[in-house]
Amino acid sequence: MKRVVITGAGTINALGHNVADTLDAMKEGRCGIGPLEMRDVDRLAIKIGGQVRGFEAENLFNRQQNALYDRFTQFALVAAREAIAQSGLEFSGEMAARSGVVLGTSGGGMQTLDENYRTVYEDGKNRVHPFVVPKLMNNAAASHISMEFNLKGPSFTVATACASSNHAMSQAFQLVRYGAAPVMVTGGSESMLCFGGVKAWEGLRVMSKDACRPFSANRNGMVQGEGAGVFVFEEYEHAKARGAEILAEVVGFAMSSDASDIVMPSKQGAARAISGALADGGINRDEVGYINAHGTGTAANDKTECAAVADVFGQHADDLMISSTKSMHGHLIGGTGAVELLACIMALRDGVIAPTISYEEPDPECALDVVPNEAREAKVDVALSNAFAFGGLNAVLALRKV
Amino acid sequence: MSVKDQVIEIIAEQAVLEPSDVTLESTLEDLGIDSLGLVESIFAIEEAFDITVPFNANEPTESDFDISSVASIIAGIEKLVADQS
Repeated sequence: MKRVVITGAGTINALGHNVADTLDAMKEGRCGIGPLEMRDVDRLAIKIGGQVRGFEAENLFNRQQNALYDRFTQFALVAAREAIAQSGLEFSGEMAARSGVVLGTSGGGMQTLDENYRTVYEDGKNRVHPFVVPKLMNNAAASHISMEFNLKGPSFTVATACASSNHAMSQAFQLVRYGAAPVMVTGGSESMLCFGGVKAWEGLRVMSKDACRPFSANRNGMVQGEGAGVFVFEEYEHAKARGAEILAEVVGFAMSSDASDIVMPSKQGAARAISGALADGGINRDEVGYINAHGTGTAANDKTECAAVADVFGQHADDLMISSTKSMHGHLIGGTGAVELLACIMALRDGVIAPTISYEEPDPECALDVVPNEAREAKVDVALSNAFAFGGLNAVLALRKV
Repeated sequence: MSVKDQVIEIIAEQAVLEPSDVTLESTLEDLGIDSLGLVESIFAIEEAFDITVPFNANEPTESDFDISSVASIIAGIEKLVADQS
């Protein structure tokens, strides 16, 4: 088995259009959630979200590219450009032939679906633009990254709802770990903040109308976000040989399925994924200093997640920190684990723990150190990132300081 | 604007050229328009004239619509527009 390190990171989300701005916002505990701006917003019951603002795709891509790019593809490309630029890698020859891209997304080209359903159903038109299919397909973002950066190795898209990014990064980790690829570009992207996307979530009645307050007794639901996070996972010796800057080491992961309910989470399923990641990475429980929680701000998730953490860590659960950055950037659904991995990297590299903001009242069922409202300085050697999806599909990643 | 000028304008936009650079003898290949560019051009033409162009990307040569040059495309569109009115 080979060691796997992260040598590049990129993002765009409600907190910033790059990693530096996003981490600054997390350190300040800034909230990126605000009033939604979209057509027919007056017909929505839920009017807030973590929207990416000031995004000018026309300045980033040419007209022909934009004709083919849904917003989730644009986000993925922006994040990939930042990550690959930071890594300093250029893909050619044998290295390009073996390196690939694995991305997570839940909805794929939802903006394209929404716009074109409107065209044919609401406007009654009988003709749609010829690129509807290549724009909306779930693998469009991964494919466009492979084309822009000449990545010719194993490339695909993973869709496991809110765990998509973590499952995707797990697959990239395995490919590098077992020597199938020297470098994998990985992460996730989502752009579900369109009328149909928000309307669908409204139906479940799990959305908050005012704020995302994970672990707080007065929490009242989740808030959707949008954006992307992309990383360069590289084989350690490959990175060392070229003198690359290493952001963190990916040391373990585990996946599990609750096999019980299509929406309600399971403590056992979550606990099996967390303990599985520790076993996979050869990590002692007391080494874990920080967990980036799935922390959606729903009643069901937060208490189940806290119970699972308490089960796995026992006494040490009271010593570790666990926060949900969804309170700031919202729930990016299939892209969420990727943006949240940035908080893990910040904890390991900068010794700053991102807070759970909008926290107002302690909940006895979430009696862990959730780093309420203000970032904290702490030395952390190992950080976990949890993702527990609808459908009961769980994926947990473990990162270690290098 | 005549049908001819409108079609040339659509093709020029697709090829990222000035309309004056698109001649009647040009082929789509000369102009650098690939298969995706072709279907996008046909979509734009259908939208502009509110017509349906009988073009199947699987069998371009079998279609009842000649795309071998800008002139043949214009002739085809002029016939469709005339048939419609």
